[in-house]
Amino acid sequence: MTPVEHLTVALTVNGEAVARDIPARLSLADFLREELRLTGTHLGCEHGVCGACTVLLDGEPVRACLMLAVQARGRAVTTVEGLAAKDGTLTPLQAAFQNHHALQCGFCTPGMLMTATALLAENPHPTADEVRDAISGNICRCTGYVQIVDAVLDAAQ
Amino acid sequence: VNAPFTGQPLIRAEDVAHLTGRARFVDDIRPEGCLHAVIARSPYAHAVLRGVNKASVGTLPGVVVVITAADFADVPAEIPIRLAPLAGFERFLQRPMATDRVRFVGEAVAVIVATSRHAAEDAAERLEVDYEPLDPVVTYDAARADASLLFPEAGTNVATRYTAGMGDADAAFAKADLVIERHMTAHRHTALPLETRGLIAHEEADGILRCWGSTKVTQWNRKALAVMLGRPEHSMDLIEVDVGGGFGAKGEFYPEDFLIPFAALRCGAPVKWIEDRREHLLTTNHSREMEATVAMAFARDGTMLGVRAKISADMGAYVRTNGGVVPAKAAQFVAGPYRIKDIALEVEALLTNKTPVGTLRGPGRYEAHFFRERLIDLAADKLGLDPAEIRRRNMLRPEDMPWSLGKLVPYEPASAVDSSDVPAAFDAALGALGYETLKEQVRKPQPDGRLHGIGMACFVESSGAGPSETARVELLEDGGLRLISGVSTQGQGHKTVLAQIAGDVFGGAVPMEAIELRNGAASLIEGGFGTYHSRAVVVGGSAIHLAGQALRAKLLRVAATRLQLRAEDLTLREGGLWREGGTQPLASMAELHAWTREAGEAPDATETFKPDGRTYTCGAHAAHVAVDTETGQVEVLRYVATEDVGKAINPLLIHGQAIGAAVQGIGATFLDELVYDADGQLLTGSLADYLVATATCFPNIETITLENSPSTLNPLGAKGAGEGGVVACAAAIANAVADALKPLGVEINHLPLGPDRLLRLIPEKAA
Repeated sequence: MTPVEHLTVALTVNGEAVARDIPARLSLADFLREELRLTGTHLGCEHGVCGACTVLLDGEPVRACLMLAVQARGRAVTTVEGLAAKDGTLTPLQAAFQNHHALQCGFCTPGMLMTATALLAENPHPTADEVRDAISGNICRCTGYVQIVDAVLDAAQ
Repeated sequence: VNAPFTGQPLIRAEDVAHLTGRARFVDDIRPEGCLHAVIARSPYAHAVLRGVNKASVGTLPGVVVVITAADFADVPAEIPIRLAPLAGFERFLQRPMATDRVRFVGEAVAVIVATSRHAAEDAAERLEVDYEPLDPVVTYDAARADASLLFPEAGTNVATRYTAGMGDADAAFAKADLVIERHMTAHRHTALPLETRGLIAHEEADGILRCWGSTKVTQWNRKALAVMLGRPEHSMDLIEVDVGGGFGAKGEFYPEDFLIPFAALRCGAPVKWIEDRREHLLTTNHSREMEATVAMAFARDGTMLGVRAKISADMGAYVRTNGGVVPAKAAQFVAGPYRIKDIALEVEALLTNKTPVGTLRGPGRYEAHFFRERLIDLAADKLGLDPAEIRRRNMLRPEDMPWSLGKLVPYEPASAVDSSDVPAAFDAALGALGYETLKEQVRKPQPDGRLHGIGMACFVESSGAGPSETARVELLEDGGLRLISGVSTQGQGHKTVLAQIAGDVFGGAVPMEAIELRNGAASLIEGGFGTYHSRAVVVGGSAIHLAGQALRAKLLRVAATRLQLRAEDLTLREGGLWREGGTQPLASMAELHAWTREAGEAPDATETFKPDGRTYTCGAHAAHVAVDTETGQVEVLRYVATEDVGKAINPLLIHGQAIGAAVQGIGATFLDELVYDADGQLLTGSLADYLVATATCFPNIETITLENSPSTLNPLGAKGAGEGGVVACAAAIANAVADALKPLGVEINHLPLGPDRLLRLIPEKAA
């Protein structure tokens, strides 16, 4: 009934190589949160809708709740903890979120930042509609999105 | 940043931790040796609970203990009512776990504690529970019929019935030229904070039982838990960490607020429970489901003469901590911000086999404003009046203040609107929308082939609930300030706002970044009541203001004695202590701290603010929509919401509250809906089924914050600012959709307004 098959996984997280022996059924989100104690990746629904667990996998935004950790073998994962510089300097996007009051409770914020980071990497000067499309898979219950869109557009300046 | 800080759109001190992934939500805490709880829940809406076979999972790998209601049969374990103790409710309280009967899908029947979440979930799947299904009660009529009873010993499914009123509604209706009456419904939905509920409980080595993850009303919850566990309050603490949104739903005393501490005591180890999203939709408070027959009496010139309302609320299966607020406030606010003095109300609360209800941002107001504002539009149409004009002829004016609302709520004293300028708020909304021009344009055929409409709605909204709030302000050795407050925080930014209030009392002598806030834990300060009913800044901020003033006076007195000057010749401003007219400061704040200590006094002050009544905001919403009659899809082309908040402490944060509330309310009007089938099964148990607004849904939202009518009831002049954005959304949107569909003879009397619902109303030939 409870196959607790363990597997070894080695990958890069925020630029650092990590290797762990983990249960095969461990999700990437639980791996990041529980094994690596990177708790900035949040779980809002665990069925791939809310977007709070969004991380970058080789630069592409993915739902960490819908992936098994073992599927990230050999890949490079970036989480919200990997955005700011080592000295704490915020990225322009993070700073714009603060300046535009683009977060209230902060629970969606890491996923929003990861999605918007990927957007700006691919499209450095998006329109407001493009920003809205890009973040439409990330639910925010506090802000109404207006200030988040403003922040992403500001960061793209 | 220079003082005065209040009134400035300061960015938040809270943000950096969230932006860098260093915030600490309850699921981010992992105590050493932590066990994990999963709750087995009823798959039936209504059934006899014959038994739970603990042995069916007791020996599975990792399982530590299985707890059922029998394990605390001797505990006085009914969850008490916090707000709205209406007569009769005491018969229908919820116990933390079902004993001999389950009354909604999702009701707890066992707690399984295991060494990992995986192990606990594996066991929950295999737990054997014996049920004997009963007839489920799902509709208002079935509840009233009392054929199937949720509580046979009570003999009825009617939790309460009462009447209330003011003036003489019969006389008002007798002299009316026009009476508009409709049967209307508001739909069941929920707050849906992005973070689900969660708790960690642990009796630590010092003998204190600590629970992390509590919020909203930690002090009251600790009192309730003390009674249920039979241990003194001071042996427990409920601790608020970062909270991922609340909107009224999170932080009430739920069954798990007993079950998880109980499990932790039973296991002698930390126990963690994190609600999953399906559990959240099944067990966290629902709200807003009610039906109403509302009538308004008008004179030929549009004068509103009186209101009658019969309101029936679906309470779900139990009366929870604040469920009664929902129908009681819907009834109280049905007359709205108009000069109506003759009101007759009948209210009933019905039990059904659905999830119990509680408050949701603007409880009862969202519904009441929808009912009334629809009727006003129908009357305007009959009387040949512009919908703006009929409202202008009746709305409360500044010279009407204070305006008596009478005693319409059985468990509250009479209330009155303290101050308001409804005409200014209304003109601001219509002006921003460009109403006078737009109303001609929408009547013409549109190039997009859709039907356009304009809707408007006015609201009044209470805030700043009592009873009181206490705060302590401490001057620290380094010259900074520590604020200790009994309010709680679910993401609003109180650290920044309360620091602005305190900083101004000290004239900028303490910079913003040197002011810290401690709040949210039950043990922090006596006389704290938490955050609800938009009270944190109004009441909690006023307490900070008073405590700051008391500390400032103490510091000036100490300094005057030491310097042999008169205290009234001294002041605090940037740099520290100054003599009036002086060219350089006499002392820094750190020196003042030392002087106070040397004088044998404590460099702190504690004060309580007790408001003499509630503050009332007012405002208006205006919407321009386009309806595609082939698909039933509505586009909100523009939406303007105004609110007069009295005094805006931080306009940036208020703007955020207003926009966020409006998108929540508009989203709820089109998308959010908890749907049950005839068996009482929730059909919307995931975020794929329960829809909320996303970034592409409502891009054109504008909000305007007004400061025309400062409250007369607190030293800040402040009023609530978090609920006005939501309370008139259904009203304005429904009026706009109805305006658009008027050529087709469609009326909008029922929520929500998703495409499926509208297509059922739109005649086929139109498409």
